Amino acid sequence: MGPAEVEAVWRIESARIVAALTRFTGDFGLAEEAAQEAVAEALVAWPLAAPDSPAGWLMATARRRAIDAIRRRAALKDRHALLAVDPVVNEDVDPDRIDDDILALMFISCHPVLSPEARVALTLRVVGGLSTEEIARAFLVSVPTVQARITRAKKTIAAAGVPFELPAAGERRDRLGGVLSVLYVIFTEGSTATSGDRLLRPDVAYEAIRLARTLAALQPDEPEVHGLLALCELTAARFPARTAPDGSAVLLEDQDRRRWDHSAIRRGLASLVKASSRGLGPYGLQAAIAAAHATAPSVEATDWDRIVVLYEALGRVAPSPVVELNRAVAVAMASGPAQALAIVDELVALDRLPGSHLLPTVRGELLVRLGRRSEARAELELAARLCPNQRERSVLLHKAAELE
Amino acid sequence: MPKYMLIMRGTDESNAAVRSGFEELAASTYKYIEDLVKAGVFVEAAGLDEPDQSVVVDFSGQTPVVTDGPYGETKELFGGYFLLDVASKQEAVEWAQRMPAVTGSKVEIRRVAGDDERPPETAEPAGTASESSGRG
Repeated sequence: MGPAEVEAVWRIESARIVAALTRFTGDFGLAEEAAQEAVAEALVAWPLAAPDSPAGWLMATARRRAIDAIRRRAALKDRHALLAVDPVVNEDVDPDRIDDDILALMFISCHPVLSPEARVALTLRVVGGLSTEEIARAFLVSVPTVQARITRAKKTIAAAGVPFELPAAGERRDRLGGVLSVLYVIFTEGSTATSGDRLLRPDVAYEAIRLARTLAALQPDEPEVHGLLALCELTAARFPARTAPDGSAVLLEDQDRRRWDHSAIRRGLASLVKASSRGLGPYGLQAAIAAAHATAPSVEATDWDRIVVLYEALGRVAPSPVVELNRAVAVAMASGPAQALAIVDELVALDRLPGSHLLPTVRGELLVRLGRRSEARAELELAARLCPNQRERSVLLHKAAELE
Repeated sequence: MPKYMLIMRGTDESNAAVRSGFEELAASTYKYIEDLVKAGVFVEAAGLDEPDQSVVVDFSGQTPVVTDGPYGETKELFGGYFLLDVASKQEAVEWAQRMPAVTGSKVEIRRVAGDDERPPETAEPAGTASESSGRG
């Protein structure tokens, strides 16, 4: 067995191992370290002798490392009495408990005491089983930065005395919002890289989908979990058509819809149905908008009126200038550019999206459609200056140049 | 993530074993699917109807010939499949090893080609191949 096999087993088992060890030791940071040590040992040992049960091997080794660490601590604190208790009692792990454990892990990784960056890193590491290197690569930060975030996060959690348990039912729904937003941050990072020269980092986006599916399996009665999953599936369905062979961006109107992932669309629509049991929340509404695009044969044949209504609803439950901007785009398609420009100009007047390239991008497009070419060019050039993604920037500059 | 199909292939013997221990296998398969769902990798799964209910369209002659029953020249029968969305082939293999299965059955793991992938152009067109085998 080589590193790839170790990695595959780890990816499948890591959350269960860390969860079971946290329950066993009561110490989240210790459990995570012990599990990492077990993987390091597996990378050395498995190529020489493959274990009969790789998952069992990892669990047993991680548990031994955890016990070692407890003994070391006990010795340090001169509390030898601890050793009298044989800690290896939870041989049989109750599968139902495991599910709760993994959910508890998700809630701990996305705990409100942590910064958003720390939540993302910890979730990918502890629940997703990604290595520090993979997280660093995904978010274009250095390995020491990720290490520091994770270490600090574990210390913060220990200092805050966060217990290893599911939050009470009343609290859970509030905290669930935090978990969903972390998964969505991970997904959006993968679906539109915030910086760098690549438009998509599909691995990151798919990891978010995998985590969202896991969450939906563990919390099947929460509509917004299905809403988030639907949104991710329906957005990811467009990935195959979103980049040209040279890596440049292909806009929605130019995408070859036959290349969309139709099984992902089916899965997304199925999740959307589950999300709409009690009216749609913010993620469900965004998923419904994505569904309107995914099921339309062309840009022209898209139900833009429905999309305008959905954006209006979204603007009520989760108001934001980006939602307003998107509503403007939909209004332009449904009723023409003049009405849309009024919405955009209001956003400009109120300075609601300072420094964002999106506002001048949309304003530029609307001015093009209104035939105000020189103003349009100035807007698109401004958008290009503000745009942090090189691929998107070249599309904007190309459009501006066409208006010469 | 790439999709992999885990194709279950049985023999007459293993299929008989499945029928005799069906309840138990169904329960463990249900548990297996639950694990796949909770790991976020499950896309879909299906079992196929009994092989003797199948119809074969044979292209070895000039015109397609339709006959009843399974294709006669293989002992291995395609009995069902799982479609998984996983990070790597190794992960698909790892899941396949955990599949509840009776002795004698096999699981074949094939990657599902993406929408933008085409078979290599050097491959012989299917029509030509069946024509030549028809004459031979």
